[in-house]
Amino acid sequence: MLKLKVNNIDIEVEEGLTVLQACEKAGVEIPRFCYHEKLSIAGNCRMCLVEMEKSPKPVASCAMPAADGMNIKTNTVFVEKARKGVMEFLLANHPLDCPVCDQGGECDLQDQSMFYGVDKSRFKENKRAVPEKNMGPLIKTQMTRCIHCTRCVRFATEVAGVPEIGAIGRGEDMQITTYLEQSMQSELSANVVDLCPVGALTSKPYVFEARPWELKKTESIDVMDAIGSNIRVDTYDWEVKRILPIINEDINEEWISDKTRYACDGLLHQRLDTPFIKYNGKFEKASWNEVYKIIKSKFENTSKEKICGFVGDLTNMETSYIFKEFFDRTLDVDNYESRSDNRYLNLSERENYLFNSSINGIEDSDLIFLIGTNPRYEATILNARIRKSYLNNETKIISLNELGDLTYPYESLDGQTQTLKEIFDGKHKISNLISNATKPMIILGESFLNLNSSKYIFRKIKNFLLENNKINNDWNSLNILSCDAASVGNYDLKLINRDKNLLKDLKDHKFEIVYLVGQDNLNFEKKDEFIIYQGSHGDKGAELADIILPGSAYTEQDGYFTNLEGKIQKAYKASYPPGESKEDWLIINEIAEFMNNRKLFNDKDELESSMFNYLNLQKEKSSVSKNIEENEDADQFKSETLKIKIKDYYFSNVIARSSKTMIECNNSKLNFKSTGTEG
Amino acid sequence: MSLRRPAKDQPENFEFNSSSLEAANTIVSKYPKGKQQSAVMALLYIAQRQNNNWIPLAAMKYIAKFLDMPYIKVYEVATFYTMYNLSPVGKYFIQVCTTTPCMIRGANHLVEACKEKISENECELSNDKSCSWMEVECLGACVNAPMMQINDDYYEDLDKDKTLKILEKILKGETPKPGSYRGRVNNEPENNRKTLMDYKNA
Repeated sequence: MLKLKVNNIDIEVEEGLTVLQACEKAGVEIPRFCYHEKLSIAGNCRMCLVEMEKSPKPVASCAMPAADGMNIKTNTVFVEKARKGVMEFLLANHPLDCPVCDQGGECDLQDQSMFYGVDKSRFKENKRAVPEKNMGPLIKTQMTRCIHCTRCVRFATEVAGVPEIGAIGRGEDMQITTYLEQSMQSELSANVVDLCPVGALTSKPYVFEARPWELKKTESIDVMDAIGSNIRVDTYDWEVKRILPIINEDINEEWISDKTRYACDGLLHQRLDTPFIKYNGKFEKASWNEVYKIIKSKFENTSKEKICGFVGDLTNMETSYIFKEFFDRTLDVDNYESRSDNRYLNLSERENYLFNSSINGIEDSDLIFLIGTNPRYEATILNARIRKSYLNNETKIISLNELGDLTYPYESLDGQTQTLKEIFDGKHKISNLISNATKPMIILGESFLNLNSSKYIFRKIKNFLLENNKINNDWNSLNILSCDAASVGNYDLKLINRDKNLLKDLKDHKFEIVYLVGQDNLNFEKKDEFIIYQGSHGDKGAELADIILPGSAYTEQDGYFTNLEGKIQKAYKASYPPGESKEDWLIINEIAEFMNNRKLFNDKDELESSMFNYLNLQKEKSSVSKNIEENEDADQFKSETLKIKIKDYYFSNVIARSSKTMIECNNSKLNFKSTGTEG
Repeated sequence: MSLRRPAKDQPENFEFNSSSLEAANTIVSKYPKGKQQSAVMALLYIAQRQNNNWIPLAAMKYIAKFLDMPYIKVYEVATFYTMYNLSPVGKYFIQVCTTTPCMIRGANHLVEACKEKISENECELSNDKSCSWMEVECLGACVNAPMMQINDDYYEDLDKDKTLKILEKILKGETPKPGSYRGRVNNEPENNRKTLMDYKNA
């Protein structure tokens, strides 16, 4: 530990910290532009100057390592004069366009110039003007405002792994640019908007939409992937204006993916805002009472075996739970399912469907083996962690398939299940790598679980890991990478039919009533089924429906989501559902009330406590029922090629599909030239 | 200083020829394995010599690939150093020093000569596209002022007539003799030395 003084306060800090970090520990805030906790140190803005005893000149605290016996002063006239000088230079070329700048109100330069700015300028020369750069559909540039902190350059190189932004023409005419003047080829690109301390890089879809002080800010959870990134939803009246990350070191650190950030405009389009009934192939508006009446008579006149229900990829746990209760208690049948394909799932232990090594664990891992997953698109934030791990400890990364650019180097194999069998029989050179690694990670994707012999290989993998003591109390190498926000929560709630293959029955037209809650991904031909669709957006599911019940999106209702690690987090209500639509759990509760004259739950609190009781009960049960192995020779190995099922990154769920920004992103990736005639 | 921007007309491809490749490999081999990126400046210069004194974007891409580093990093380096020319300057690139010592000794006459013979403005190719000229800061030969540099050679102790003669030769495609044009050896004093007379080998 180092002992030093900051403004005459004695503090002790660990070795390796900088003076700036030491000052923060002492509770002294240091102004800065270029320094950022998550990026490398550049030391080029000079705003963090402090006075150090025995140093004739002020020192840049962000780049100065703390040392024993230092005496730092941050509140002297000397320091203030130095910082005022720096600020004057920064403002020399910075335009005074705060009233028309989107950063206004949350601008570091604006805030700090309140303390260190001088009210007039001594700069009589012409101000520097820099042409705008094209950085794609997400980032609006106004490079005249740039103060050259190079945070964006460092972010692109270090975190995003796409070294495409750089500073050209260093010196008086320095400019930040992407070399081809195109969008960054990264799914994390829009984080540079948050990083930019001034208004040089601002959000293009949010341009001139609102001022930060007009917005209502709600902390919530993202549902675009199964990571469960912590987000802040900014709303103006009903509209969700933007989504920003909140720091959660265990999950998303400080970043969110572009889809998380910009799919929010999909919440405004294609919304279902009133109940609909289909008459002669045409939807007509109806009242809630009418649709409830029809649903009641349909349910009552159909034998219960002919009813089935599916929940979708964005459904929160309360809705899933009440849906299950509705089937169990009101309809008295267990024809419900949360999967949209025939993926293998073993619910006997919770570790069989979780990302057990945890997202933080990626940084400790020394070997990562990807099987049937492309983390760059399936879990962007997780991929950034793998890259971080690669940069910090040169983690070896192997993938069964060739996946293209993952932003880090990896070794790819031939994609055959035969190879997998050899590896986990211990007959392949990778087998030794895994057993010799101290903290290996095997990451299984949904494409793997959809294989015909996934059950066989899964058990093989698990046995191999158990034999080599890679699944123990300290470290669990088995990781399942779920793609959808609702998946793990639904598995925890056992919203799975283990006896019947409902999807096959559905395709064979064995059901008369199909109840879909936010489920748009079922590929089946409609024949004579009566389909009830409950959801927020008019998409594939609503097209098929005979009755549409307008529900709410994730920003319009409180709801729990369990992320792929098994962490349960609550998304809070930021806005309210449009028109006559209602919160999802309420609709199901009301149908139940309509049918039996009794609500399933009196209120949301009762539903929540009942759900948590159920979850706790399941936890106890699974700890008792451990080590029950399923029948060994139930299925045989089949040699096949593992193909990564490519879900279109920008259109992976209903909200993203309704988002105009996501369409633009997709077009810019395809280098699609807009002609103006495509309608 | 004017903005340094790459030329509008760019060749499609660039590749090292055999002698450049050999020189490049020699330089890369001087650096430890995995640190080959340190050779970027030397390689840019090799590319510039090979390609008539300027570096096209294709060459930067080629070097980025050659050294396994991001293209933007090569671009950053090339846009910073004034020694790298980003647009064509002709086979003969004339740099006239106009910093104080040369200026006092009449560098403006050299500039006049260039304007007459080559082109009205600096950084502009001559009619036959074989050469261009520009004013530069001190080239470190103040003792032989005024002077100019043509490609790798210094031409010193000039005046307007001598400059015109040199430029005429260049425009004909000949290479004039470098060095002092008042008959000095290197930067020795004119009319023999006047100091340190006692020392034989001084």
